[in-house]
Formats: sequence, structure tokens, C-alpha cells
Amino acid sequence: MHDLAIAFEVPPFRLSGAVYGTLLNHASSLQALGDAVNQPPYKKPPQAPVLYIKPRNTLSIDGAAVIVPAGCEELEVGACLGLVIGRSACRVSPAHALDHLAGFVIVNDVSVPHDNFYRPSVRLKARDGFCPLGPQVTPRAAVENPDALGIRIFIDGSLKASANTSGLIRSVAQLLTDVTEFMTLAPGDVLAMGVAAPAPPVRAGQHVRIQIDGLGSLSNAFRAAV
Amino acid sequence: MRARVAYSGAIHEAVPQVLTDGSAGIRLTDGRVLAEDAVVWLPPFEVGTIIALGLNYADHARELAFSAQEEPLVFLKGPGTLIGHRGQTRRPRDAAFMHYECELAVVIGRTARNVTREQALQHVAGYCIANDYAVRDYLENWYRPNLRTKNRDGATVLGPWFVDAGAIAEPSALNLRTFVAGKLTQTGNTRDLIFDIPYLIAYLSSFMTLVAGDVILTGTPEGVVNVSPGDEVVCEIDGLGRLINTIVGDDVFGR
Repeated sequence: MHDLAIAFEVPPFRLSGAVYGTLLNHASSLQALGDAVNQPPYKKPPQAPVLYIKPRNTLSIDGAAVIVPAGCEELEVGACLGLVIGRSACRVSPAHALDHLAGFVIVNDVSVPHDNFYRPSVRLKARDGFCPLGPQVTPRAAVENPDALGIRIFIDGSLKASANTSGLIRSVAQLLTDVTEFMTLAPGDVLAMGVAAPAPPVRAGQHVRIQIDGLGSLSNAFRAAV
Repeated sequence: MRARVAYSGAIHEAVPQVLTDGSAGIRLTDGRVLAEDAVVWLPPFEVGTIIALGLNYADHARELAFSAQEEPLVFLKGPGTLIGHRGQTRRPRDAAFMHYECELAVVIGRTARNVTREQALQHVAGYCIANDYAVRDYLENWYRPNLRTKNRDGATVLGPWFVDAGAIAEPSALNLRTFVAGKLTQTGNTRDLIFDIPYLIAYLSSFMTLVAGDVILTGTPEGVVNVSPGDEVVCEIDGLGRLINTIVGDDVFGR
């Protein structure tokens, strides 16, 4: 576990440690499931935002190694735009949603690959170090349009995947509106907007760099467990 | 046992104190003695990661028509959902089935990573009562149980007391009881946990490092019933006290 306060010590960008991920919010990720979304056990596509939690043991920083657990052939890189809350957000309207943001951060929502989204075990997403964030929080005012940011994933220096936040099903303002209808987000909380499909695999010994327009790059080496 | 309460402009530690009229009160560390309802009760410790168990009592799993599991059904909750003793929990107007869940909460006191069953209880600081509400109308079949069902503001009640592990001789033989509007609706005993406390700590610490303040809500037995605005919901566990909570409607929140 890394001390996030060291990486994000400049107020008002102190992170609370609460990081929420959003499932299937990129059109490509829903399309990848095809008609399975209408079949058991799901029966229909997600209606309200489906969130999950990356607990504090997963939080990590730019430059830290991600450990590939023993018995795991590869992991999945979950490149996301992360929203950093600046002001308590409860029942916000789309028109005012962005006023509640301090800024943006790159999130690598690392997972052990799984193809069942009904009730996956938390051990697939909540392992130590499985959520690098960084390299810093970019202030909201420095990002002109968060709904049109290119996201690129490089593995060992070569481009493996690219996506754009314009492909998100719920935009930044809409996701904040729909999430804060049922739960308040507090200053320093991070809400990750969702991963595009296909999420590239990464193996121990490889290096991952996620670049988002205007936010810089988040780099992490993946290493085998010793 | 100790509580965290807000009183007269500050947050205090408090312990139980019988009042001169014989009723239950509290004493702040600065000596002030107060009635239970004179203070605002907060969750009784600094809460870290909230780890919750689904279907961890055989009878409740049967009640919800689930078959036996190979692995604990674990989900996580965020800090915004927490409230303390004597708080209010909102029932949305459009909900048809909202229910409480009385649970034994196990508070970690010492970093736990890859610990064995035998060592597990050495990492427990203490216990408290949890009431882990769900609004079943919002359950979707994606990453169950989704946060809209289980992680609503005010939907996780913790308290009233943090009780040191040393004060609970046998955590695997505690009776749980829930009363709704004065009527007993739920009973159970922690001896019926499918995955017991040592198992859960060993299991969780095999892939996530647990640190002081992390809390495991160990699941609820059968007997969950619908609650309505105005209901007082009281969860009791042997040796841990009585956790009181009131259901309120949307109107209280200006909705």
C-alpha cells in the first residue's frame, strides 16, 4: 500500500481514498457482450449506474509495480478517466455536475480477467496494488471537454488500445447526476468513468503506460509475485 | 465498550453510565454525564474498508433460495453510507421492499496479510453491531449486489459501542435479535455462520491486506422484513448493546 498523501499532497487535491468504478459504461464494453446482456443471469442491460469499489489496499501510484498473483497468466488493464470530487456532491443536476469536480486523474482499474459480471469475486478486482492513480490530479479548468478525451494504452512502448471518452454511455455530467441520486460523493472521492473493450492483457515483466489527453501518463511495471 | 459522540461542538469518546433515575446514559471522557439521546452518535471507530458478506447464514441463504457456496460472497461498501446509533435512514417512496440486516461487525486492529485461521483472531481489535440496509427494488444482475441497492446514504448503521475483543469470550456464539416497531422479527446466532470469523479473515487476507479500522460485516440470518417510514428498528447482539435506527420518508430530505 502506498501513501497517497505523498503523491497527492497539494490541497485541494487530497484524495479521500474512496475510489468507485463504473461497470459497462463504455459503449464498446456493452457491445462486446452482445445479446448476452439480455440472457440469464443478466436478463437486461444495466439500468442505473453499476458501481464497484476499489478499496484502499488497491490504491497505488505512478511508478509503483503491480504484482501479478501466482497462478495468474495475465491481468487486464482498465484504463479510465477518473473524476476527483472537489465539493460534496448529492443530487446534482447535469448543468451543475462539473462544478463539483476538483479535477481529473488517470485510473488503471486492474482486474484478473473474468467474463461473468453477475457476482464476480472481489478477489478479481480488490487485490493489493490493483488501482494505480496518477500521475497527478489535473485541475478541472485545465480540461476543456472531459467528454472528448483520447485514451491510449501502451504496453512495452507499443500502442495496444485506444478509446475516447466520447464513447461513454453516460457522460461525465450524466454519471455524476445518476450516481449522486442515491449516494453522496465527498471531496477527494474518485469516480472512474468505465473501461473500454477490449481491455488489453498484460503479463508479468511488461510495462503499461496509460495516456489521456491533457492528463499526462500513468506508468506501472507488472511483476511476478515472489 | 466505548462510543464516539458529538456534543456541544466537539467529538468525544464516551462510556456507558447509569443515570441517577436508573436509565441508561453515557459519560464523556471530560466527566459530563448525559442521556443517550442528548448526543449525536457517530460510528464508534475510524472506519476503513467496509467488507460485507452476503448469504452467510444457512437459513438466510435458504430464505433467498440460494444454494451452498464454495467461496464467501463478499461485497464492499463506501464511507458515505455510514451513520451512527439513533440515526435516520431514508426509504425511497418508490421502493416496495426495503429491509434491515442485523450483523456482527468485526473490526480489524492489526495488519493482516496471508494470515492463517489459527492466527486470525489475533488481528481483531473488537466488535460492534451493524445494520446493513438493502432496497431490493434496485437490485440488478450486474456485480451483485449493486451499490444502488446496498451503498445508499445512511444505509449502513454502526454502533452504538466499540467493544474490545477481550470482552467477548466467544464471538461464535452470540445471539442476534431485530425488533421493528417493538416486534421481534429476526433472531439468529453467530454459531450458524457458513464462513466463520477466522475463515473470513484468512480468506480476505490471502488477496487483500487488512489494516486497522477495516471492518467485516459478517452477514445476517433469516427474518428480514419490509420497513416503513416511522419504524424504529433495533438490532441487538449479546454483549454489544442495542443499535437503534429510524426509517424516514423522502419528505424529510425534501424529495
